Amino acid sequence: MSSASHSPALPRAFVNARLFCPASGLNGTPGGLLVENGRIVATGADITREAAASRGLPPENIIDCNGHWLLPGLVDMRVFTGEPGFEYRETLATASDAAAAGGVATMIVMPDTDPVVDDAAIVDFILRRARATAKVKVAPTAAITRGLAGKQMSEIGLLKEAGAVAITDGRKAVASSRILARALAYAHDFDMLLINTVQDAELGGGVMHAGELSARLGLPGIPRQAEIIALERDLRLVEMTGARYHAAQLSCAESVEIMRQAKERGLPVTCGVSINHLLLNENDIGAYRTFFKLSPPLRTEEDRAALVEGVADGTIDVIVSAHDPQSADTKRLPFAEAAFGAVGLETLLPAALSLHHAGAVPVERLLEALAATPARLLGLEAGTLKPGKPADFCLVAPEASWRVQAEALHSRSHNTPFEDRVFEGRVLHTVVDGETVFRLDRPAISA
Amino acid sequence: MSAASAQHGTPILSTRHLIGVAGLSVAEITALLDLAEEYVEVSRQRRKLELLKGRTQINLFFEPSTRTQSSFELAGKRLGADVLNMSVGTSSVAKGETLLDTAQTLNAMNPDLLVVRHQHSGAAELLAQKVSCAVINAGDGWHEHPTQALLDALTIRRHKGRFEHVVIAICGDIRHSRVARSNILLLARMGAQVRIIAPSTLLPPNAARLGVEVFTSMEEGLPGADVVMMLRLQKERMDGAFIPSEREYYRFWGLNEQRLALAKEDAIVMHPGPMNRGVEIDSVVADGPRSVIREQVEMGVAVRMAVIDALARNLTREAAA
Repeated sequence: MSSASHSPALPRAFVNARLFCPASGLNGTPGGLLVENGRIVATGADITREAAASRGLPPENIIDCNGHWLLPGLVDMRVFTGEPGFEYRETLATASDAAAAGGVATMIVMPDTDPVVDDAAIVDFILRRARATAKVKVAPTAAITRGLAGKQMSEIGLLKEAGAVAITDGRKAVASSRILARALAYAHDFDMLLINTVQDAELGGGVMHAGELSARLGLPGIPRQAEIIALERDLRLVEMTGARYHAAQLSCAESVEIMRQAKERGLPVTCGVSINHLLLNENDIGAYRTFFKLSPPLRTEEDRAALVEGVADGTIDVIVSAHDPQSADTKRLPFAEAAFGAVGLETLLPAALSLHHAGAVPVERLLEALAATPARLLGLEAGTLKPGKPADFCLVAPEASWRVQAEALHSRSHNTPFEDRVFEGRVLHTVVDGETVFRLDRPAISA
Repeated sequence: MSAASAQHGTPILSTRHLIGVAGLSVAEITALLDLAEEYVEVSRQRRKLELLKGRTQINLFFEPSTRTQSSFELAGKRLGADVLNMSVGTSSVAKGETLLDTAQTLNAMNPDLLVVRHQHSGAAELLAQKVSCAVINAGDGWHEHPTQALLDALTIRRHKGRFEHVVIAICGDIRHSRVARSNILLLARMGAQVRIIAPSTLLPPNAARLGVEVFTSMEEGLPGADVVMMLRLQKERMDGAFIPSEREYYRFWGLNEQRLALAKEDAIVMHPGPMNRGVEIDSVVADGPRSVIREQVEMGVAVRMAVIDALARNLTREAAA
């Protein structure tokens, strides 16, 4: 079953799987798929070992999935790497190792690099570096404003031509309403999605959720209003300009309600949430544990529950890892001084499946939020098992339990908030453009 | 053709001032264009008339404009008026004088015609209410520039012979352009089909309510156009506030040969000047066979002669009454 030994000139068949693809109406359907020249050529119950053999495929080109789940490769819409500029934290190559191990076939990388991705030449650099070094697909976003400074619009048209799939100022929110209104209007002319971080710069100066816990810990808090005010302002500007808008990450229950109403009003708006905010709350910070220092901050259990409900009912469109590698230098510091962010590419899918196991979110909703919807928002040919599409998928043992060990993660940085957590659901095999990019070493896991 | 009708002194305009094209009727516009057509010949023959002998025209420019000011100066002089240029930016305003102070000073000089250019919308209107002479708006803020619209109309009529069903694409910084506003009003009133093409950041709010078709892409807006009118993009708009950069503007909204080829085969290219070559217009197009940009300048003098003459006729009637 070694991937290295298959005949690359011939098609490959993945048989005896349970297929999941909400867009194709596959929801655990027994069957398989056939891959040729990097694309899926057939999907369904009729792709069996016998059918593959009768097509003349040698045994090494027929992969038995042992009844495990075969899912579209994930499209992670919010990934920070360190390339260019902070390669000691993460390169496109190391991030792609983590992605492959997590079933993520496409990483949407943020422009917060050095230099900032605000010029067509840097978009081109990232695409070239990704082709040369990354195992999975990389789609760059570009800055809304030059240097992420929030003052002057970047060359949105030229950046799109160079291959940027959306514009965002990454970790930063565009603070000026005037600049954001203009950028939205201008981006609309190019049908470019604008992704904004929703946090008011003035109110968002704290280091954790503002509440009883921050009072007890003696840490400056970030009130929910920092997000609510920013989100409501952004939605008003969308109403004014008609642009496609995506709120990068929500953290509050009330934000979900605001998005629900905006969608009812027919605004072209979507939103995301990080997997961390669906599984964790502020209490996880415990004794000043900086790996739980996230932006937006982890909030209360009520907020977490409302976010999960928002994903389940479709108000929240996208789940992201918000993968943000930080080194010991930036995390082993007093809480207030430590950097925000956590790695997450490798744990995204197992963590998301825990919501399925808990009965909170059905797996088909999870797959929409993790693959199909981000692909649609960004105009990518991804997130589906439909014939004709690129063969980006992963094989998952849904019940296999494993303990997260930070040092064993593939990312160059190990700042995971899920250290020692036991997840049920493990990625066994990841395929991008028909090629195996990850295979779990321990094949002993069975369905 | 002669300046016969000019000598008759038949009234043309119903108003004392020319603040904008908004108040002009089809008949008034047509009469002004007809009169201007006669002055094209006068101007070409470099004749100097004595129609406005003894009249004083003051050009009051709060915002420097060599082209427009020279055009008005030449127009007044060809009609025989005494023309005085006051460049206010460097004198009294710098010393703290308000617009109304200036109006009072001017009244004391007893001019017959006042040509005013001001950086703020509504300044010409305000002056008109406070001075005793006839006021010609030579551009106020983003509001109107009626003589530019009239000279553009004259140029179009000379090439297309009519306005009805002529498709005119006005491209560029519509939001901040008095030229665009006056042209939209005038050309639509004359029956032309006006389109505006600009990035959304350079469109006025509710642009479609101006009676035009709105496009944000040249590729969508240019096909079928009989006239392609480019607007000047101010440098200060290109620093990331409205437009990311000059090169991006040129890439998506600059008029080059390929884009011009989308318009009708006999489409003409216009520009009110001064041009930013390589930003809103390629030199090959600006200097090409379909460009009527230099003709626009010539029509400018003729149209301004017609406007000055028409307003002077009203002054004569007033005096007689």
